[in-house]
Amino acid sequence: MMYPKVGISMVRILERLGHKVEYPEDLVCCGQPAFNSGYWDESRSVAGKVLGRLKDAEAVVIASGSCGAMLRVFYPDLFAKTPQAQEAKALSAKSYEFSDFLVNRLGVTDVGARFPARVTFHDGCHGLRELGNKKAPRALLAGVRDLELVEMKDAETCCGFGGTFAAKFPMISTAMGEVKCASAFATGAEYIVSNDSSCLMQVQGLLSRQGSPVKTIHLAEILAQS
Amino acid sequence: MKSVIQQFKEQSRVITKDLRHRNLIQTALGKYEIKRDEKKAAFQSWSSARQAAAEIKWEAINHLDKHLPDFVRRLEARGTVVHWATTAETARDIILKIVRDQKARSIIKSKAMTAEEIHLNDALEHEGFEVVESDLGEYIVQLRKEAPYHIVFPAMHLTRGDISELFTRELGSAPTDNPEELTMIARRALRQKYVTADVGITGANFAIAETGMISITENEGNARLTAALPKVMISLLGIEKVLPRMEDLALFLPMLATAGAGQALTCYNSLYGGPRQPGESDGPEQYHVVLLDNRRTELLADAEQRDALHCIRCGACLNVCPIYRNVGGHTYGTTYSGPIGSVITPHLRGLQEWKHLSFASSLCGACTEACPVKIDLHHHLLQNRRNSAHEKPSVIEKITFKIAGFVMNRPGLYAVVKKLARLFQPLHKLVKGTRLDPAYAWTQSRDLPTLPAESFKDWWKKNK
Ligand code: SF4
Repeated sequence: MMYPKVGISMVRILERLGHKVEYPEDLVCCGQPAFNSGYWDESRSVAGKVLGRLKDAEAVVIASGSCGAMLRVFYPDLFAKTPQAQEAKALSAKSYEFSDFLVNRLGVTDVGARFPARVTFHDGCHGLRELGNKKAPRALLAGVRDLELVEMKDAETCCGFGGTFAAKFPMISTAMGEVKCASAFATGAEYIVSNDSSCLMQVQGLLSRQGSPVKTIHLAEILAQS
Repeated sequence: MKSVIQQFKEQSRVITKDLRHRNLIQTALGKYEIKRDEKKAAFQSWSSARQAAAEIKWEAINHLDKHLPDFVRRLEARGTVVHWATTAETARDIILKIVRDQKARSIIKSKAMTAEEIHLNDALEHEGFEVVESDLGEYIVQLRKEAPYHIVFPAMHLTRGDISELFTRELGSAPTDNPEELTMIARRALRQKYVTADVGITGANFAIAETGMISITENEGNARLTAALPKVMISLLGIEKVLPRMEDLALFLPMLATAGAGQALTCYNSLYGGPRQPGESDGPEQYHVVLLDNRRTELLADAEQRDALHCIRCGACLNVCPIYRNVGGHTYGTTYSGPIGSVITPHLRGLQEWKHLSFASSLCGACTEACPVKIDLHHHLLQNRRNSAHEKPSVIEKITFKIAGFVMNRPGLYAVVKKLARLFQPLHKLVKGTRLDPAYAWTQSRDLPTLPAESFKDWWKKNK
C-alpha cells in the first residue's frame, strides 16, 4: 500500500520474463501483525482468506521477505491441527520471496537491468534466516549493469523494524536502526537496497529524519530499471 | 513501586541514547565476533557440531530421569553429599545450613549464575558471612554492588578507567591504565581470601552422569583455588547441566569456549568427583552438591520449549542480539539476560510479569542462528507471546486485530478506509512528532512515508 512502485516493478519484470501475473485484489494482509502479537485466532481469520484465494495459483511470489516467511514458514504453524493444515502446507510449498523465485525457481540472475550507482545491501532478517535466502538477491544485483555493490559491516544485523515491536519499543527499535544506518553510511553507498519493504520503511524513516543524503530502494525497483 | 515493564522501558529509553555505552558494547562484541569466526573455522563442520551437541543435550534432557540419578549415585559413592532443592529458597537454606554447621566466617566463590538466580550472596551476607567473588569480572561487579552485566563477561560494560577508579576507591590502589596491573591489584586482594576462606562455593558447567563428576571451565584459575583450598566445597547447579558421557566433553568444551568467548578452549578445565579420598594429599574434606530445580521441571513439561533446557549458558545469543547490544544486560532486570533470558524468565518467574521481554524483540533470529545447541530461541519468544495473549488477552489489542481483520476481509470497506487515510494525511503534518500524533511511537524519531497518490491496486485496475 505504501510502496506501489515495488509491486509495479515486480509485475513488469515477471511479464518481461514471459509470465502471466495475477493480483488477488481483495487480499490485503497476510495476518502477520496479529500472529506476531500472539493473537493467533485473529491472525487465522485474515490468513484463512489468503489460503482460499491462492489455492489455485501455480506459484505465489511475494515482494517482501517478511510476508514471504509468514506464508512459507509460519502458516503451517498457525494452521497446525486445524482443518486447513493441509492447505497451509500446500501454499507454503509454492510461495516464494521475489528474488528467491527469480533465481532458484526460474534460474534467472540477469533481468537486463541497468542501475549506475554504488549500493549496499541490507538482509531482511526474515528473508535471511527464516527463508535462508542470502545469495539470490546478491546474484541479481551482480547481474545489474553499472551497479557497484559494497557490502556493509553487519549486513545481517536487524534494522530494528520488527513490526509492532517498532511501536511498542520505539527507543530500542530506533537505536537498532541508527546502528544499521551508520554501517550503511560507512560504505559510501548512495542507496541501501533490500528485498523487504518494511526494513526500508524503517531505514528511510531514520535517514530522512537525520537529513541523510543516502536513499533506500527496493531490489525490484532496481531490477525494473533499464 | 514501578512494574518491571515500566522499569524496562525507562531504562531502555535512557541507555539507548547513551552513545558511550553503545560504542563500548558494539566494539567489544565486534571483536568477539571476529575471534569467534576464526575459532569456528577450526571446526571441521560447525553445523554438524551444533547438530551433534543438540542431539546429545536432547538425550540428556529427555532422559533426565535416568541421567540425574546416575550422576548422583556415582557422586555419593565417593562420599559427596548431594542435596535436592526444589526452590531457590530451599537451595539457600541448604547452603546456609552447611555454612553455619561449619561455623564458617568467610566464603570464597567462583562464578555461578545459579547463585545469582537464587540471590545467594545476599542471603549469606544477611547472616553475617563474608562472601568474596574470585572471578575478576564478578569481583569487580561485586565491589560495585551490581549484578553481572553479562552471563559470561560480568564487567563488560566497564572500561579500564572505570575499573581503576573503582579499585582506587575500594582497595586504595594507585590509579593505572594497565590491564596487567589492574589484574595484579585484584589478585593481591583475592589471594589472601582463598587462604582464609572456610568454604568455597562454585557453579558447574556440566555434570557428567557416566562418572558422577562436575566439569568447571574458567580462564583465571580462580575456580580451582576456590575448590582446592577451603575445607568445604559446595557446588550449586541446575538440574539441566547433565551430559550423559565423559566423552561428550570433547565436543562441549571447545564448543562452549568458541561460541561463548571466541576461544579454542577455555584456559582451565577441571573435573570434581568428590571430597579428598583416603591417601590423597589435597582437596576439600567435605563436598556438597546442590541440585537446583527452581521451576526447571515446569519447563521440562513444556514439549514446545523443553529445548530451552539445553542451554549451556555460553552467552552467544546475548552477544549477537541487537536488542541486548543496545539495551545492555542490566536493563532486563533478570538473572539471565538476552534472548535466553527473555525465553526462560517467563517460565521461571511468571509469564504475565515477564512477557514484555518476549515482545521486546524484532524476532530477527540472530540468537537462534548463534546458539551452539540449536535452541529455537526466537520462535519460543513467539510462543510466549501466543501463550500470554491466550492466557490473558489485552482487550484493546484483541479488538484492534478483530476490527483490522474485519476491514481487511472486506475489500469495499478497506477501500473506504484507505481513501479516508489519504484524505487525512495532510492534517497529519500538524501533529507529526508530537504527543498528539497517533503515530507518535513512530514519528518521534522517524519519518513516515507519504501515502502514494496512486496505489498499486489503482495502477493494476488501470493497466490490466
Ligand atoms: S541459549 Fe544457546 S546461545 Fe544462548 S546462552 Fe544458551 S546455549 Fe548459549
